[in-house]
Amino acid sequence: MDITKLTALELGKLIKSGKITSMDAVRAQFEKIEERDETYNCYITLTKDQALQRAEAVQRQIEAGELDESPLAGVPMAVKDNICTKGVLTSCASRILDGFEPPYDAHVMEKLDQAGAVMLGKLNMDEFAMGSTTETSYYGPTRNPWNTDRVPGGSSGGAAAAVAARETWYALGSDTGGSIRQPSSFCGVTGIKPTYGRVSRYGLIAYASSLDQIGPIARNVSDCAAILDLICGYDRRDSTSVACPEEKFTDALVDDVKGLRIGIPNSYLGEGLDPQVKAAVTEAARKLEKKGASVEYFDMGMVDYAIPAYYVIASAEASSNLSRFDGVKYGYRTPVFEDLQQLYKKTRDEGFGMEVKRRMMIGAFVLSSGYYDAYYIKALKVKALIKKGFDQAFEKYDLILGPTAPTTALRIGENLSDPLKMYLGDIYTVSVNLAGLPGISLPCGLDSEGMPIGVQMIGQTFSEKTLIRAAYSLEKEISQMEPAFLAGQEGGERA
Amino acid sequence: MIVTDETIEYVAALAKLDLTDEEKARAKVDLGNILDYVEKMNELDTEGVEPMSHVFPYNNVFRDDVVTNGADPDSILKNAPQVKDGGFAVPPTFD
Amino acid sequence: MSREYETVIGLEVHCELSTKTKIFCGCSTEFGGAPNTHVCPVCAGMPGTLPVLNRKVVDFALAACLALNCHITQHCKFDRKNYFYPDLPKAYQISQLYLPIGRNGHVDIETENGTKSIGIHEIHMEEDAGKLIHDQWDDTTIVDYNRCGVPLIEIVSEPDMRSADEVIAYLEKLRRTLQYLGVSDCRMQEGSIRADINLSVRPVGEEKLGTRTEMKNMNSFKAIARAIAAETDRQIEVIEDGGSVTQETRRWDDNKGASYAMRSKEDAQDYRYFPDPDLPPVFISDEWIEKTKDAQPEFREEKCARFVSQYSLPEKDALLLTDSVRMADLFEETAKISKKPREAANWLMVEAMRLVKEQGDGDASKMDFSPAHLARLIDLLGQGTINRAGAREVFEHIFAEDVDPDSYIKDHGLAIENDSDALGKVIDQVIAANPKSVGDYKAGKKKAVGFLVGQTMKAMKGKADPAAVNKMIVSRLEK
Ligand SMILES: [Mg+2]
Ligand SMILES: [Zn+2]
Repeated sequence: MDITKLTALELGKLIKSGKITSMDAVRAQFEKIEERDETYNCYITLTKDQALQRAEAVQRQIEAGELDESPLAGVPMAVKDNICTKGVLTSCASRILDGFEPPYDAHVMEKLDQAGAVMLGKLNMDEFAMGSTTETSYYGPTRNPWNTDRVPGGSSGGAAAAVAARETWYALGSDTGGSIRQPSSFCGVTGIKPTYGRVSRYGLIAYASSLDQIGPIARNVSDCAAILDLICGYDRRDSTSVACPEEKFTDALVDDVKGLRIGIPNSYLGEGLDPQVKAAVTEAARKLEKKGASVEYFDMGMVDYAIPAYYVIASAEASSNLSRFDGVKYGYRTPVFEDLQQLYKKTRDEGFGMEVKRRMMIGAFVLSSGYYDAYYIKALKVKALIKKGFDQAFEKYDLILGPTAPTTALRIGENLSDPLKMYLGDIYTVSVNLAGLPGISLPCGLDSEGMPIGVQMIGQTFSEKTLIRAAYSLEKEISQMEPAFLAGQEGGERA
Repeated sequence: MIVTDETIEYVAALAKLDLTDEEKARAKVDLGNILDYVEKMNELDTEGVEPMSHVFPYNNVFRDDVVTNGADPDSILKNAPQVKDGGFAVPPTFD
Repeated sequence: MSREYETVIGLEVHCELSTKTKIFCGCSTEFGGAPNTHVCPVCAGMPGTLPVLNRKVVDFALAACLALNCHITQHCKFDRKNYFYPDLPKAYQISQLYLPIGRNGHVDIETENGTKSIGIHEIHMEEDAGKLIHDQWDDTTIVDYNRCGVPLIEIVSEPDMRSADEVIAYLEKLRRTLQYLGVSDCRMQEGSIRADINLSVRPVGEEKLGTRTEMKNMNSFKAIARAIAAETDRQIEVIEDGGSVTQETRRWDDNKGASYAMRSKEDAQDYRYFPDPDLPPVFISDEWIEKTKDAQPEFREEKCARFVSQYSLPEKDALLLTDSVRMADLFEETAKISKKPREAANWLMVEAMRLVKEQGDGDASKMDFSPAHLARLIDLLGQGTINRAGAREVFEHIFAEDVDPDSYIKDHGLAIENDSDALGKVIDQVIAANPKSVGDYKAGKKKAVGFLVGQTMKAMKGKADPAAVNKMIVSRLEK
């Protein structure tokens, strides 16, 4: 049996039952990683020795019955490289954080530790999570396991590709404008962007603080729900963390959508959407309708303004958040400089890639004197209107359904030269971040070239359980799919 | 929005970047396009709309005035490119 | 000089709030310590870390705003002020620009010309920066973040002051108010209160303000007075020479008695303020304001008046005793225990102030001894257990080490010899040994008794009450 093909919950059960140890799982996974990651480049850092040691410790805890409540105890996982891991390189896929080993763990890492998680390594991404292709990484691009000529999406491209390539059982990503959902869609896996404030941002290296949120990427909805159970919760170290009653997301894994009111914004199916994506998404809606949900098409304005508002707000926050990388306290420092100003400028110029510099300059511009009101304040007002638009929609619908991205995975290099075109790919995802809402992307079919298509569902704030129930029900109607190279190997093991 | 050379110099200085001429030329085009695009927002009438910084109307998130951190200079300094006498070392700064 | 000029001054005063911990993390604000020992990932600006606001900072800032008659911004926010400098690890300072906690306040100051009201434009909360230590030998600057994140309030006045005297009266007023509130130590030498001076000149009668400069780096009231005089002269000279004043930041060098334009930062000053997305707004409810108002202490003016009436002190003394709340408290507690307010006042105004000047930096608010010890000393002196000279010695040790007067007197044998037999014997010996003085006295030179008292005190090693000795000698000589 190839245990790397199991879901995280399936593996967790096997480990609990004593049929397999966490160390076996780690070793089996590293075998695959060593064989495949040369091709896909999902990982920036592999922590094999630590993983084995950790697996042994967790295994002892499991055997002592200390982790009975934790269904994912002993299951190996991996983490996007913008989430701080104590003593392990946390690079944001940027040269500027060269050698940076945080002296602290992110809050999510502490929570996963308590739950008996075993980390395999750190995952590739677009530099500082700015991008939709994972091509801007200082550590080289990640390739899509469905087709290595294609990008995995971004910015959590390493995470989505690693899950798709069976190089990890699950991963943590982060989503600022679609960075969990879009790569999940491109790689045929499932990802959730939780409500803003649901998961602590402490230890997540900020791109745009008002939009960033950590979330799970996994094989299916059940795994995602189980991961959410582990990582959600109030954290006093994050002032934007929301103290809400504890919820068990796995309780929402119910195959029932009767009475669920689903709205599909007409503007989500308009110009720019690949017809094959449109067909698969509307088909997904029909499947839910067949199971008893009501589906209605409606007009939701503001869609065209989400990307402009997003780029202004995200770039402004980024320009401030990324100023701390200056060659003084951590990370890269230019080797030759004459004075302080040169130290700053050369370090930053050599340390950051072009996309990051571009956004820092846009951010500096929109905040600069004379432009602040026209750009930044204007964007915050547009954000208020977008939130209002969603609030009105949620008076009528329990959730909103649409595509995750306008296309399937792009070819490598296709978008790098035209930033604007790349930004437009985020059209269906960014407004969710602006409004602080939860969103999920799950596979709903393949296009004619065999690339996966993702469907997105968006819920009212703190309605993750509704999303999970709907996604779980939909998933039941969609045949399992996996990249061709996996189907070829030991094929037939999973129906 | 017409982006001039001065604008590029200005934002590069604010962002503390030492751009090459080639990078400047490219930034000029890109910034111009992006700003033109974001000006789409001007189509919207936002008169009377309150700018929204935080999506949730929460406030007063406080901590108590209690010392919780001890001295740990080693972990604070361990990632520094250059350390001297227990501090981060930088080229001389004079006013 | 052909015209007469008026100096127009506004102040930006930064005060460190005396919280136990920093504004956004649980690091100690204690002064001193080896570099980077009061630092955590949050105040070091490490990536991924987040600020959480110390409630006490808002409590203190609110108390200061109310005491300075400000209008409270009930919905206030923090903003980021973006600029690069090594003492600012995040490359932005968390401060308040758009919605500062207090606005439109005022305080009254007393000057030679009577009472004057100085407007307060705003008060905002912010974090302090770290410290740069320059190592000339190595051509390196070392960065220490111990002060980084210490809470400050910045009090921005209106340009309402016209002289150094008014500036100093205003600063004294702020210092006393904040010390009385217990929200800041306001110690200029330690940098816990710092003033930047915005100064311009204009011909008398002119309404329009002249171009102002901002002056930094004054660390005493004297330096402030000198800097104001020098900058006023400099600006008048520039104008009289047909030039115009440049708006700039200048650094005062007190040793040279002159200020210098600070090298203008290479890049434009454009701080790109925007609301900090990591910090939810602060809402100050009516109840919070009322509670803070109710908790305001008795300020100097009321306390001074009360001291005059309650303890029958001259106003001059009451003013002196209430200069710092520490002094006032020491007085009142000592007076309460000893029931001798006059004595308590004298000890504090004379001996304590002498020691404050001799041993410290003249800051009476640093006095740290138990009023019970001073009260006991006053008792012992009154009972004749110790003489005044001995009491002075004991007080020096109370002042410095807060010694218990009883044990100090015992350990150092300072108690007056009350055994009059023994004292009598010594006096008899002194009289016998000094026939000349005795003769002088008897011949009418009454002053000669002084020498005999001195000899007796010497023989007693000071452990006698000179008045009692005098009495005993006279009674023997008159016999
Ligand atoms: Mg300030
Ligand atoms: Zn700290």
